[in-house]
This record gives sequence, structure tokens and C-alpha cells, in this order.
Amino acid sequence: MTATVGTPLARLEGPAKVTGAARYAAEYPQDDVVHGWIVQSPVPRGRLNAVLADPTADAIAVLWHGNAPRLEPADDPELDVLQSDRISYRGQPVALVVAETLEAARRAAQVLQLDITAEEHDAVLRADHPGLYTPEQVNPAFPSETASGDVDAALAAAPVTVDVTYSTPALHNSPMEPHATIARWAGDDLTLYDSNQHPSGIAATVAGVFGLEPERVHVVTEHVGGGFGSKGSARPNAVLAAMAARVVGRPVKLVLPRQAMFSLVGYRTPTIQQIRLGADPDGTLTAIDHAAIGQSSRILEYAEQTAVVTRHMYAAPNRRTGHRLLRLDMPTPRWMRAPGEAPGMAAFECALDELAEKLGIDPIELRVRNEPAAEPEGGTPFTSRHYVECLRTGAERFGWAGRDPRPRQRREGDWWIGTGVAGAIYPTMAQPSTARVRAVGDDFEVAIGAADLGTGARTILTQIAADALGVPVDRVRVRIGDSTLPKASVAGGSSGSASWGWAVTGACRQLRETGGDEAVFDTTELIEKQETEGRHAFGAHFAEVRVDAVTGEVRVSRLFGMYAAGRILNPRTARSQFLGGMIMGMGMALHEEGVLDPAMGEWMNHDLAGYHIPAHADVESIDAAWLDERDDQLNPMGSKGIGEIGIVGSPAAIVNAVWHATGVRVRDLPVRLDKLLCAD
Amino acid sequence: MKTFEYRTATAASAVLAPDAAFLAGGTNLVDLMKLGVATPDVLVDVTKLPLDRITDLPDGGLRVGATVRNSDLAADPRIRERYPVLSQALLAGASGQLRNMATTGGNLLQRTRCTYFMDPSTPCNKRAPGSGCPARAGDHRNLAILGGSEACIATHPSDMAVALAALGAQVRVESATGERTIAVTELHRLPGDRPDLDTVLDHGEMITAVDLPALPFATRSAYRKARDRASYAFAVGSVAAALDVADGLVRDVRLAWGAVAPRPWRATTAERLLRGRPATHENFLAAADEELRAARPLRDNAYKTTLTRNLTAAVLTRLASAGEAR
Repeated sequence: MTATVGTPLARLEGPAKVTGAARYAAEYPQDDVVHGWIVQSPVPRGRLNAVLADPTADAIAVLWHGNAPRLEPADDPELDVLQSDRISYRGQPVALVVAETLEAARRAAQVLQLDITAEEHDAVLRADHPGLYTPEQVNPAFPSETASGDVDAALAAAPVTVDVTYSTPALHNSPMEPHATIARWAGDDLTLYDSNQHPSGIAATVAGVFGLEPERVHVVTEHVGGGFGSKGSARPNAVLAAMAARVVGRPVKLVLPRQAMFSLVGYRTPTIQQIRLGADPDGTLTAIDHAAIGQSSRILEYAEQTAVVTRHMYAAPNRRTGHRLLRLDMPTPRWMRAPGEAPGMAAFECALDELAEKLGIDPIELRVRNEPAAEPEGGTPFTSRHYVECLRTGAERFGWAGRDPRPRQRREGDWWIGTGVAGAIYPTMAQPSTARVRAVGDDFEVAIGAADLGTGARTILTQIAADALGVPVDRVRVRIGDSTLPKASVAGGSSGSASWGWAVTGACRQLRETGGDEAVFDTTELIEKQETEGRHAFGAHFAEVRVDAVTGEVRVSRLFGMYAAGRILNPRTARSQFLGGMIMGMGMALHEEGVLDPAMGEWMNHDLAGYHIPAHADVESIDAAWLDERDDQLNPMGSKGIGEIGIVGSPAAIVNAVWHATGVRVRDLPVRLDKLLCAD
Repeated sequence: MKTFEYRTATAASAVLAPDAAFLAGGTNLVDLMKLGVATPDVLVDVTKLPLDRITDLPDGGLRVGATVRNSDLAADPRIRERYPVLSQALLAGASGQLRNMATTGGNLLQRTRCTYFMDPSTPCNKRAPGSGCPARAGDHRNLAILGGSEACIATHPSDMAVALAALGAQVRVESATGERTIAVTELHRLPGDRPDLDTVLDHGEMITAVDLPALPFATRSAYRKARDRASYAFAVGSVAAALDVADGLVRDVRLAWGAVAPRPWRATTAERLLRGRPATHENFLAAADEELRAARPLRDNAYKTTLTRNLTAAVLTRLASAGEAR
């Protein structure tokens, strides 16, 4: 039997998706369905005293805190919807309108009068804000601060230092399929067709809010049109749809409009990061100091782990990382693709480029010279670390040799040309999951409550099961996307394939060994025994950019990622994940920014015409490659997560290339033309 | 969205009900209706009227019907040959799908993409007269440096209109009370204290066609657009120009700017300065600077001054050298 893992099997649901047959959350036909529309607060802070519905609007129900059913308090206060008069951010749900049609619901929401007492608000993150504090932990449970050696003394003594502050703006995950829910009650049983990254997690959360046993809630999530972290936990749409369905006694469909995606589903916090580096003339780092500032809302402390990545990257005897947080009258930030690593490495890898410039050392060589033998903090050995190989092999394939290190040296017509490099890292994680396999005639049915966000999870699990069972893939049917299936972990942290694949492998091997008709395998104990430190995927990103001398416009002529990410389970879907991450990194470097109006407490460019992500024309030559990395300490497949590493470091490679092209260090992302424009 | 009645226009001269609006491609109006920015009671679909032709005018110009789709106009061989600036401007705008829907008249009458105008939860003097303009202190990176007022600094977002302004196009308008012709540069009002009025059109006046005058030297014309990504983004600065050079001197020039003003900005001061002068990069820059003396930039849009002068000189220099090469 030839192994199918490692072969480029096309997505199994591809034909269904491109023909429109695949059903997404809002597309399940329902008899008697009605439509919900969320009324969002027009002020960032205050109290809602009353609502006055327009009698001419055809609303079936208008729910607000004055008449909404009481809910059990949720771990996430964002889910305590319509329970209080307190308004904590602009865009917070203050009412829900239900009507026979989407258009009627929307209209009734538009003409609903809100009696609000507005209060003074504070919406701007700044480094000198007196309200900054050090959180106890950063996402999900890392210590906020670490230190070893004497950083200040080492910096004072260092022959060469860099002390720079980089800032990144609020970034918004806005997947093609918005958050959407259809809620339907039958007695005390609730069915949710919901777009999310964790069906069983959503079921448990929503059950808790309504005071139900978890098995009373059935979440169906067959196909998901992207999540990028924003669908990792239940969002207000799921609770509001369920609440409204209970009140009106009919199924309720609630789909977020694009504009609401900017305030209701999380976002990447803006960051301000001060990075201080000390080095000997030969490039050996003597001190690393990474201090990150982020924001959260009034109602929930979410502290992004921006500087945690620096704990794993380079050797230095004196080191310090820390986080401070500011609570503002703004929406709650949350996970967005590589939370922590993406903004942290965007800043750190640019600072390192600045150090290379000061030292007169090639930026690749500088990185190689500071390669640690084990985890720089704590000393845990790495299960595998091929960062230097990624830098070297990547440099060769990209054509780095012979690069003139001086900036603003290459010009072709109106274009300044430059190249840049940056490292990449992402932790390798696995989370407890359970899978079941059944023999059905000559075929096998594998079941696990995982979610496929469009990444190819269903396809890869089929390949893993086929190999573990020793049968061709066409004899395996994988069922996922349903909370009633064996419990799977969240599709997040680049851990899906490892977590679910492990459980699937276990179940399939067990079935083979026992020769029975059914086997169930739970990885909880195995995973709890595992070390968590020293496990990472690595990579290196290379960019060539050109900057228009007339307009300051930046184009990325080439973008290349070289990865060491364990065993690649499916080169077709893996490549897509790598490239997608790199393109999102390009957006972070050049395009994406929530433009805040402090007086409004709102990001004004809250749609995809105003909030720019790369268009097809922005992606010219792009490629990803990987080393054949073997690591048998991780999981039965030897795989590492690949969903996020593409956005880690790729922004810095581009920003460094912009400097090499123009001589301009842009330290506040994104690099837009007005920051590079100079008078002709 | 507000319930509305849908009708089909029978004639350009028909009376338009008080709360009715014309619907052509719908690429802007329908969005605004969903957002609650536009709330017409009646939509009158003009796309069934026989206004979808491009016809030759006796003087060598072209008459472009109001419902000619942007993609068809951009692809027309006569446009491409005689007025390349117009074809280039159209193709620089929006996306293929939008250009297939958007019409000539509708493109001119599209509304600003100022973020406050598009968000009914915020004040906006254009959308809700007298409510104020948060853009002056807030998000104005892509708003006007020329022609704005205390009440409004919206920019007109069209690429096509900038090319039409450079070409000196005439807008033909019809209503129950008759017909008239308006220079495209006079179609859009400067906001003053009435930013709610985008254009000089009276309610019920329908654009039926745009006339492009014969302009032989427009065969040497170009449109260049700067934007925040490579495609599918509104201009942050743009230049439409046609240049007639003889013996190194500017015999005639047409110059218009986009993304800097509430209307496509015909740079008449710069044009006047350039006529008869040597067609040099320095002179192009100096002419742009003179036109930009009227600029009143704010905190975050001052870059438009530099961008516009750079673009102007670059486009004219390229047109001049293309002419020399003949």
C-alpha cells in the first residue's frame, strides 16, 4: 500500500465548493425562518435608557436589555448580550431586531430610536498613557514578563546598540464568509448552523449561556469560509440568534454584515513595541529587550503575547521581555492569525535588520551568529530546529548572494529596488481530541468534531486515516463539522492537523490491531504527558520590492518562504497555507490598517473597500518551499503546524526590503506611499 | 433597507417623482440604500432607454450614451485611438465586474467614498446637513486639498471623470422642462455651505450622453493613478493629461487631477502657464506648484500636494518624450 500522506491530494470538497453545492451556515433551508439584525451602539461609552421602535417598521420583535431573556453569565462577557444598560464600545450590540425578511429587519434596525446617555470615552492607545498596566498573563497563559542577566548593564556596555520603537495598527480578520448562525429550537434542544472554528466549543459555551446540558446544543459547521482566529470561540451572533429564536418561536437567521465584522468578532490589537539590542562588533548579541504595549476593552482582558516570540528566537545572555496593556472604550481584541508572533516578529526582525546595518554585517549572517543551541529561556532542547538551514537554503534559492548591503543603490526607470530577509517561527502544538472509526462494509467511516476552515483539514484527515488503516483514500469517509461527533480541539494555533490527525491515527491503528468494527481514541493523556517547550516550526522569508520614485507606491516583485515545518502532509494544501500566510503578511506590511477616529471611537474604514488587503494584482511572484524535516517527538505524523507561520516575519522581510530600496525606515506599519513620498 | 418601488424609465423627458432616484448600474446607489444613506421611495431604471450607443459627431468627436457600460467604453476602438486617456482612466477604476455594470452617467453621479458620508451613525454635512464634519479632525487622508469648505472636504472618487475633465467633455442633460448641456467641469459643485448638493443638476434632470469634442492631440494623452494597492482601490492621486508639443514648446495642454477635490479638478492655471513654454520637467513641476498654491491640506492629506505635482510632471514628461520620439 503506497502512502497517501505526503501526496498532493486535491481538496475532497473542492467540486462541491466551486459548484455551489457545499452548504455554509446561512445556507441551510429552514421552514418559517425569520431574520435578525443587530443594532450596534453609536457611541463608545454610555448607558442605553430605552429603545423606541418605529411602528411603521415591520419588526416581529425588538429585543434589548429591557425585555431580553436573562442569560447565565458567560466566561466571555461579550456573550452577555442585551443583559445590561452599560455600553462599553461603539458597535456593541444594544438591540436585536427580528423581521420576516432581511431587508425589513435591517430597515427596522436603521429607524430604531435609541435613548442613550453618552459618556466621555478614551479610544487611543499611546505609550505614555497613565492607565497602562502589566497583566498577570498574556494570551493564552504565558507569564507577562521574563528576565535573565542584566539587560541595562549589557546595553550600556555594548559597543553597538539599537533602540527603536515600531508600531502596528489595529488589524481586522474579515474572512470571506462572515460570522453567521441559524438557530432553531425544538423544546429545550437547540440546533445551531454556525460558522466557527470549534463546533464542540461553541456548543458548550452556548449551552452554558442558556443553562442547558451541553448535549442539548447541536452545532453544525460543515463548511467554513475562513476564520483566521475570529471564529475560534462563540461570538455574539450565535447567542443572539438562539435568544431570538427562543423568543419568536421560529428559526432565526443572523448573518453579520461586513461592517459589523470590524467591531464584533475581535481584531488584532494595535501594538507599540520598543526593542533594544546590544551586540559585539562581530554581531554576537549581548542583550535583547522587547517591551510590547497593546490594548483591550473595558469588558474583557485580552493581552496579546506580542513579545513572547522573542523568548524563543535568538541567543543572548542578557534578556528581557514584557507586556503592558491599556483598557479602552473599544471593542475586544482577540486572536488573529499568529497572535503575538505576527506583530512581535514584524517589529523584532526589522530591529534586527537595523542592527545588521549598524554592524555592517549581512542580515542573514547576523541571524546565523545568534543561533541558540537550546531554548534561549529555560534551556529546553529543541525537538528540531532548522532555522539556519532555512536561511541558507532560502538565500540560495532566492538569489541573495552578492547583494549590495547599501540602501538606495538599485534603480530601474522610476523604480527603486531592494531586497530583505526575516526569520519565521511558530510553536508546534497539539490539543486533546477524540476520534472514532467504524468499519462499514469494505469502507471506513472516521468521525471527529473538527472544523475545516477551507484549509484542507478534511482531506488531510482522510489521507492520515487511509494510511493508518492501510487502505486507499476512496475507502475512507471522514465526517467532521458537527458537535455531536467525538470532541475535537479548536481549529487554531496551527494545531488542527496534529491534534486531530493524532486521534484519527490512534483510532485507526486500534481498529486494525483489534480487528473490531469500531474504535475510539482519545489523545488527552498522551498530550498531557508531552513537553511543551522546544517545539517550533521555523522558516525564513525573502522579499524583493520596488518603490516608485514618483508616487512612493510599493510593489512586491518577489516573495519567497523557506520552511522547516516537520513532515508536510499534503504539499498542495500546505503550499496554499504558506502562501496565504505570506500574502496576509504582505497586507500587514503594506495595506492593512484600521483607521481610528478617536472622537468617534470607531475604525472608519470598516468595509473591504476602505480596509485594504492585497488584491490579486499585488501578488506577483510568490513561492514557498520546505526542507524535508523529520521530527519523531511531536506526534505520530511528525507534522508541525503550518497555518500561521507564513504571516510571521514576512511583513518584516518586506519592510526591510523597502528600506534597502529607499533608505527609509518606516517604523509605523503599514508602509504606505505617503510615508515614502518625497518631492521630485 | 427601506422598501421602494421599482419602475422602468420610458423617456428621459418624463417627470421624476419627488422622492424618486434614477437607477443605472446600481454599483453605488444600491450600496448606499443598504447602508441607509440613500432612501428613495422609487427607483427609475434608466438602462432600458436607448442611451447605450457611442456615435460619431460631425466634428470628429464622439457622443457617449449615458448607459454605455464602463467596460464597453474603455474597449471602444475609437476611444482607445482618439482618447487613450479615457480608456486608461476607466480601466484603472474598480474591478472588471463593476465596470461591466457601471455606466457613463452613473459613474459621473457616484457619490463620495468619505467614510463619514457612508456611515449614518456619524455626523456628515453632505448626508445630514448641519450635523457637522468629523473628517476635518478625523479620517481625511483621502479627502480634498482643493475646493473644499469648512462644511465638507469630500472628494469625487471617479477616475473616468478626471479624463473627461481633461478632454473638455460636455454633459447632455434632459428633463421634462427641456434639454441643456453642461461642461463636465461644471457638473459637480464645490461644497461651500451646501455640501448636500453634489451637482448642478435639478431633480429630474437625467444625463443622456457625454460629448467628447474633437481634440486631435488627445491621441497623445495618458492617465496615471496612484493608489494604496495595485488594483481595486480608489485613487489617492491621479492625473489625466493630453499634450501637444512642437519644437520643444508646449503648443497646447490639457491637465486634470483626481482625488484632490470635490470635483475632477481641471488645472487651468497650470495649463495657462505651460502654453508656449518649453516642455521640460522643471516647467511641468513649476506649473503644478502654481496650481497647488490654492491647496489647503490638513494633518493627514498634505502628501497629496507632493504626490500630485510628482505625478503631473511624470505624466507630462513622458507624453513630451513620446512626442519627440515620433
